[in-house]
Amino acid sequence: MAADPLTEIFGALADPTRRAIVARLAEGEDLTVGQLAKPFRVSQPAISRHLKVLEAAGLISRRRRQTARLSHLEEGRLKDAADWLARYRAMWQDRHDRLDALLATLTPAAEPATHRPDHAG
Amino acid sequence: MGTTTISAPPGTPFIDLTREFDAPVDLLYRAHTEPELLKQWLGPAKYEMTIEEYDVRDGGRWRYTHRDDQGNAFGFHGVFHGEPSRAGMLQTFEFDGAPGHVSLDALTFEPHGDRTILRIHSVYQSVEARDAMIRSGMEGGVNEGYQRLDDLVARLVPVA
Repeated sequence: MAADPLTEIFGALADPTRRAIVARLAEGEDLTVGQLAKPFRVSQPAISRHLKVLEAAGLISRRRRQTARLSHLEEGRLKDAADWLARYRAMWQDRHDRLDALLATLTPAAEPATHRPDHAG
Repeated sequence: MGTTTISAPPGTPFIDLTREFDAPVDLLYRAHTEPELLKQWLGPAKYEMTIEEYDVRDGGRWRYTHRDDQGNAFGFHGVFHGEPSRAGMLQTFEFDGAPGHVSLDALTFEPHGDRTILRIHSVYQSVEARDAMIRSGMEGGVNEGYQRLDDLVARLVPVA
């Protein structure tokens, strides 16, 4: 079944270990499975399985360098996901900016009127 | 001006929005419950907003329509659950164009002296429904530009 790309991306990112892997790769350097496994208390095969999911979602690509297999973050793919939320956020940012401006024009409910009689004459 | 932050954790049917305002709770509450005030900010900037019904009480209905300059109309409606108050409001939300996709919005007004933090926690019926809602964006015209990759990655990093 051809899953919707965003569903795939967010499915892949639903797991905290995979998010941590993505965050790590976002630092810019391509890393081996061993390097990626290091901060976690899980085996390299477990990390490899996570990498497969990320690769299937297009979030990373992998290439061989000699005997090592390097994982590379596909930033464009991640940006697709970011844009998806950014537009929705922008809509609310926009609304709340207008709300901000409106609030500035409102005065807090007057204290129970300081009854100062009108000396109109 | 403040910043509205959003989080839509992958794999969950939730959207959370947070914004701090330089105004007391009382004003925030008025801006959320008085139709004349509401229409000044809730409608998308280029759309005209008409509020057909806004019955702010437990079980009261609300309904409004956004109209663009090409005559397209986008109606939304729902019901208030529980007595809306300065502490917060709980209401359903349904887009006329997607009947049955009802979400639940919980708004809270959190006082911080003369400032107020507004939180909106939205619950959709499924992850797919939430994602579709975000994707539709309700307003294609908004283009704030791209959110930086950093922002996303920061959100993705698990809390240590």
